[in-house]
Amino acid sequence: MLRKLRILLATVSFILITLLFLDFTGTIHAWFGWMAKLQMVPAMLASSIVIIIAIAIITILFGRIYCSVICPLGIYQDGIAHIAEKRKKNRYRFRQSKKYRYFIALAFFLLIAFEFTSVAIFIEPYSIFGRIASNIFSPIYRLINNVLAYFAERWNSYAFYHVDVYIKSLPIFIISIAYFLIITILAFVKGRWYCNNICPVGALLGCLSRFSVFKLHFNTEKCNSCGLCEKNCRCSAIDAKNHIIDYSKCVMCFNCVSGCKRGAMEYSAKPKSFANKENSEHLENSERTGKTSRKTFITTIATLAAASTIKAQEKVVDGGLATIEKKKAPKRETPIKPAGSVSLENFSSRCTGCQLCVQACPNDVLRASSKLETFMQPEMSYERGYCRPECTKCSEVCPAGAIIKVTREQKTAIQIGHAVWIGQNCVPLRDGVACGNCAKHCPSGSITMMPYDPEDEASPKIPIINEERCIGCGACEHVCPARPFSAIFVEGNLIHKEV
Amino acid sequence: MGNNISRKDFLKVVGATTAVSAIALSSCKSDNYTKETTYSLGDIPKDQMTYRINHNTNDKVSILGYGMMRLPFKDDVIDQEMVNKLVDYAMEHGVNYYDTSPVYCRGNSEVSTGIALSRHPRNKYFLATKLSNFAPQFWSREASIKMYHDSFEKLQTNYFDYYLLHSVGNGSKGLSGWDTFQKRYIENGIIDFVQEERKAGRIRNLGFSFHGDQRVIEWLLDNHDKYHWDFVQIEMNYVDWEHAHDLSASNVNADYLYKRLTDLNIPVVIMEPLLGGRLANLPDVLANSLKQRTPQNSVASWAFRFVGTYPNVLTVLSGMTYMEHLQDNLRTYCPLQPCSNEELKLLMDIANQYLKYPIIPCTACQYCMPCPYGIDIPTNFSFYNKCVNEGSIVDNPQSADFRRARRRFLIEYNRQLEADRQVEHCIGCNQCLSHCPQHINIPQQLGRINEIVEKLKQNV
Repeated sequence: MLRKLRILLATVSFILITLLFLDFTGTIHAWFGWMAKLQMVPAMLASSIVIIIAIAIITILFGRIYCSVICPLGIYQDGIAHIAEKRKKNRYRFRQSKKYRYFIALAFFLLIAFEFTSVAIFIEPYSIFGRIASNIFSPIYRLINNVLAYFAERWNSYAFYHVDVYIKSLPIFIISIAYFLIITILAFVKGRWYCNNICPVGALLGCLSRFSVFKLHFNTEKCNSCGLCEKNCRCSAIDAKNHIIDYSKCVMCFNCVSGCKRGAMEYSAKPKSFANKENSEHLENSERTGKTSRKTFITTIATLAAASTIKAQEKVVDGGLATIEKKKAPKRETPIKPAGSVSLENFSSRCTGCQLCVQACPNDVLRASSKLETFMQPEMSYERGYCRPECTKCSEVCPAGAIIKVTREQKTAIQIGHAVWIGQNCVPLRDGVACGNCAKHCPSGSITMMPYDPEDEASPKIPIINEERCIGCGACEHVCPARPFSAIFVEGNLIHKEV
Repeated sequence: MGNNISRKDFLKVVGATTAVSAIALSSCKSDNYTKETTYSLGDIPKDQMTYRINHNTNDKVSILGYGMMRLPFKDDVIDQEMVNKLVDYAMEHGVNYYDTSPVYCRGNSEVSTGIALSRHPRNKYFLATKLSNFAPQFWSREASIKMYHDSFEKLQTNYFDYYLLHSVGNGSKGLSGWDTFQKRYIENGIIDFVQEERKAGRIRNLGFSFHGDQRVIEWLLDNHDKYHWDFVQIEMNYVDWEHAHDLSASNVNADYLYKRLTDLNIPVVIMEPLLGGRLANLPDVLANSLKQRTPQNSVASWAFRFVGTYPNVLTVLSGMTYMEHLQDNLRTYCPLQPCSNEELKLLMDIANQYLKYPIIPCTACQYCMPCPYGIDIPTNFSFYNKCVNEGSIVDNPQSADFRRARRRFLIEYNRQLEADRQVEHCIGCNQCLSHCPQHINIPQQLGRINEIVEKLKQNV
């Protein structure tokens, strides 16, 4: 019963959180955007005291339910372990809790406290899942969507429309594949190994769940020490021989409760009979090297193949048209961060690099940074679109407070960067034709076309930028005809200003 | 050109044809409501083509002429197999006038036409081509004469039945229509050269096609005694008849041109009888009012009957990309049923109403392409025109259907055009301006579409 309830809740929450990363229409976010905000580390970064206290209370009362029902990475591992268990039952055994995980957790929270978030996020569970979902699941989801869009177009339907599928950042893509492989293989072979050994949230909640009110207890009267509970515990938290449960590792999956044929595992506030307190000697594991099954191998390869075809999906240019060189991102001294980030510092100290905003951006502006100091954290660039002033999607989805929610009106007055002109690329000077597309599309009216030579009214007109009025949206950079490098580009602001 | 007519449009044509034939079949069953007509959607008669006599050479020319400007493309090259099929079918049904140019279909039309026609006896068809020395590098006497000679080779012939000075009156970069005409034909002495060639028999009929600057055609006709034009090709259809000038200030109304040429007893060849296909695809209200009168006949057939009604018209050129275009036109012209006075009045009324729609008069001739900055100009215009015809441009966010219509518009726009080909990338360099034979202010019109798109994008 309890197990079924757990599975039901976990499935629903997993599907919804995953959809947050997959849905590009914004529909799911409108309804379930709050699900991302329940995540522990984002809530800490966003200083959402209420959510942190709620998670703490739930853990003290009922144990690490968070890990089995809310954490998408945890549920994902449960799913993989479930598949593994179908191939081979009774595959786990009790393992002594490792002390080093508390040091990892301590280091993690210290790094976050001292704003080295970009280092800490490498082991943060929610953003690991975010990177996997956005770099591996999302392209697959979009490719399926594109197949549907293909048919929709032929049937004159507007239910589906084509979206571009491409690698937004190669390093992040490779890293995500690595995460995906490691987490999947570990879960397949060792159950919740990551949660027991690496996860800082797991270690933190583990400290609380030791003292939780409701716990699992052996009913020693009923138990015949068959060991079935131990062999089916993905957290390796049960020592059946000695009737010991490591509550710091248990995530309340209730597999042991429903797995026990004698009903000897009970979930209650107080034990009915006292378990044997003596600590038995820890048995070193001898075998179980764990081979990846051929099936996993094949699925992994298939996923890789699907992902690597992404580039080939991009449409090729028609012959009757001039070939258009793709735009390249200019080198920006200061990266551009979305309106609502307040400052570069605020952004990098809060962002978990979960890629939720990258997925939500309808203008293809956000992508993960591949720079070392801000690795995996999103930044903006305008090759495929610009930051449309009326769009506030990223600020709506960010669970970590790295992008604080802004309204449309507020956004149009936030200067996230300012335009810079590069004369040698500018088409009126280079090609000798009239242009002014940047001025025409500037939403804040901060570009004026003026004669290049102040003495000569007839000389080519070049854009004159009013940096005070510019909001850094990148419309000018995006519509500039100069390729691959635009003749006008946006340089980020360290601190966002009001205009 | 052929490849610009999307598969969707093609399916629509097929769909429409099927629908029409379904109507025709069902109407056969109920005798009471069937009117006797000479039209049938069954077999197209092979011996019913209407012919006109060219009094200069006594050529018996089919009223339907084949324009080789919009040939079918497949994988980015002309689908020669299909061209052969189309030409064979046209020949079989009595079409004997074929009109090409060195610039059509990215410069490949003449070769393709040559291949298709050389499979038929040379005396069975009339061949028309042009001196298309538009670009300044062809303005010299040598380059122009080379272009003329190349046409013989490409068309695999040693004489042309009809030869035209191509698009006189149209300006080129920075030059008026008049000045361009001087450069292309007068200053290099080409106008005398072609006279010589006619004398030598390599050109049987000499004429010119006209767009734009009225001074040029007036000068050419004033000097008719000197040059003896055997024919003149003009743009004529029921909208251009009285409204060419309304569509673009620098265009001349067709009724004036037709009367002027008829007074001089010069046979008239018609181009753009469908306004680049737009008269086959009228706004729904107008299309329905035509279909209501003759449900079996296509909307396009009205435009063809209109121009055919005028007796001094020698032949009507139609750029037929698909077999269905050809068949539909053959049904109209085998034989031609001239418009009654009442029908002519109706068409004038349709033309008047048509002008009220903000349609861009693009004929998708592709002269403006390729745009150096990558915009797909004709597709942007045809998308916009289609939306106007369907009434699918929404501008009132308060209207009940706004969200759905907005979504459809933006999705459809992205389906029709890659992002880099869309209007927002037009920089207004104006290089296309001088290329357009319809004298559309292309950057201005693209800007107008951009405003519509931008407004819809902002309304999230």
